[in-house]
Amino acid sequence: MSASAQAIGPRAAAKPSSLKRSRRWALWWSYVFLVLFAIFFLMPPVYMLIMGLKTSGEIAAMTNPWWVFHPTLENFKALLGSTQYLTFFRNSAVIAVAVVIITMLIAVPAAFSLGRMKFWGSTTLATGVFLTYLIPDSLLFIPLFKIMAWVHETTGIALLNHWWALIIIYPTLTVPFCTWIMIGYFQSIPKELDEAALIDGAGYIQMLTKIFLPVALPGIIAATIFAFTVSWSEFLYPMAFTVSTDQLVLPVGIVTTLIKGDVYNWGQIMAACLMGAAPPLIIYAFLMDYYIAGLTAGATKG
Amino acid sequence: MAQVTLRKLVKHYDETPAVRGIDLEISDKEFVVLVGPSGCGKSTTLRMIAGLEDITGGDVLIGGEVVNDVPPKDRDIAMVFQNYALYPHMSVYENMSFGLRLKKTPKDEITRRVQNAAQILDISELLERKPKQLSGGQRQRVAMGRAIVRDPKVFLFDEPLSNLDAKLRVQMRTEIKKVHQKVRTTTVYVTHDQVEAMTLADRVVVMNGGNIEQVGTPNDLYHSPSTKFVAGFIGSPAMNFLPCALDEAAGGLRVRLSDQLSFPVPQERTARYRPHLGRGRLLFGLRPENIMEQRPHLEANQNPFEVELEVTEPMGMETLVYFLVQGMEVCGRVNPNAGARDGKRIKLVADLNNMHLIDDESGKVL
Repeated sequence: MSASAQAIGPRAAAKPSSLKRSRRWALWWSYVFLVLFAIFFLMPPVYMLIMGLKTSGEIAAMTNPWWVFHPTLENFKALLGSTQYLTFFRNSAVIAVAVVIITMLIAVPAAFSLGRMKFWGSTTLATGVFLTYLIPDSLLFIPLFKIMAWVHETTGIALLNHWWALIIIYPTLTVPFCTWIMIGYFQSIPKELDEAALIDGAGYIQMLTKIFLPVALPGIIAATIFAFTVSWSEFLYPMAFTVSTDQLVLPVGIVTTLIKGDVYNWGQIMAACLMGAAPPLIIYAFLMDYYIAGLTAGATKG
Repeated sequence: MAQVTLRKLVKHYDETPAVRGIDLEISDKEFVVLVGPSGCGKSTTLRMIAGLEDITGGDVLIGGEVVNDVPPKDRDIAMVFQNYALYPHMSVYENMSFGLRLKKTPKDEITRRVQNAAQILDISELLERKPKQLSGGQRQRVAMGRAIVRDPKVFLFDEPLSNLDAKLRVQMRTEIKKVHQKVRTTTVYVTHDQVEAMTLADRVVVMNGGNIEQVGTPNDLYHSPSTKFVAGFIGSPAMNFLPCALDEAAGGLRVRLSDQLSFPVPQERTARYRPHLGRGRLLFGLRPENIMEQRPHLEANQNPFEVELEVTEPMGMETLVYFLVQGMEVCGRVNPNAGARDGKRIKLVADLNNMHLIDDESGKVL
């Protein structure tokens, strides 16, 4: 009896320390990988910055690619002074903002009705919405092109080669996914909350605006970020549907105007990409706190 | 004036019946508790009164008017949910005033009512807080405050205390009773806890399988249950049921529990039970507190008998004793000083003044 107690004693004492040690190792390894991944993902923007600060001569001389010997802001100045680049930027910004607004105006009520108001076929419809998202844009751009040409023929409204036409096109990418995220978010809100609102005298519109929108704010912000990122970085559709230089958006504009034949203006390309990547970054930085804050805490038990 | 009337109320989910045609009359200012095991249809009934659930058949009347097709907001009711259902982005004040603000009540009137309700519930200093900064008990008070503020015709409570820990539950139970004494609004309260039902209700409605088993005051249900279900559901520990036979013996009737054990039926019950003489499938029902330790002076209809105890459970103020009769476990409650111990033979007394005789086939108490 006492012998077995002695045998157990030290082992029992050793257990927590070995737990602590394995936890320390786990932490150590996770930091190693976090640092590796951070380096890996930060490399492209750092490279863009370095290249953007070099003159064409220095790039052509192929000096150390990770160091700038004669830093210059010439590339940035040239871009900001060129009306072309500013036009691309404006086109992209207007499209992104408009697409976000249109997407939210469609996705939020759609998600609310699909997720909350049970009606015949609502689950099938919700699945259908998601399936729409699974069809890649590389399959869709030819039929979409045909549709836009057909609209032009029948109504006389020219949609091709107009940047604003992209405002109608992008929601085909953003609405299904945003609706899907919002359905999930709305469904996670306890049912008693709408019942309490119903009894308190709220109609469906008031329930949506006064209860669901504020409570689902993190979900809405996640959907907004997604819609903005998609429309800011979309390449294939503007490539296919716009041609004239003044109708281009940023990703396509950079590629088509800064590469002339086989001449790559690397310094300006890198500077342009860096400035082009800034708006989504700034938006993430501001909205991240909202995104993380769990607003539903305290709605019900817990 | 707000009586609630249910007439032949039926609810089917697809083909499954949840409520099978119940009739109930709840008078103005009354506190009625619907109680029953889970799936008995009590919550569904409450939700039909609230208008959150469509009615398959029958009528719901509030204040004498049929409200079957009236939306919840126009029924002038307030509901308290099990999980509180507070709006998480609003302060306590905003939560409580939400309904009034939707109705465009004047601002000073809203303030007056919220402060009045906050005073009743003792949450005046919490008005600026958000729900997540409150404890479970405080949240439940706010949920009640939201109901009181609207000054509705009827309060509906859907298991409001089930999310609270045992101690807080007892405390809030008293609180709810106090609030009802102050506000005097007709109340329908749903719970699965028979103690909650007994302590709160003016009248208790026991439901089972979508039907009403019995409606009555807590004392009625306890002392004169009309069915075996009610007899077994109300009271803790539950009533003992033993198969028995009814015999005619010298001087009166006897209930025979086994070859060795039989008790004379009290004189005043002989007439009531005589028609069932010789009938099969009878159950003898006796509550644990009617089985106690041997006393020096036996009163009328108290019958001594001796058993070997299986298990004893000391509760402090009393000791629960368990023994077997014909292989069935029976529970009694004895004085902690009576010397009851596991496996010991002990003399007990069965008090037949409170006995019940039940027809096991129909489940009716005879």
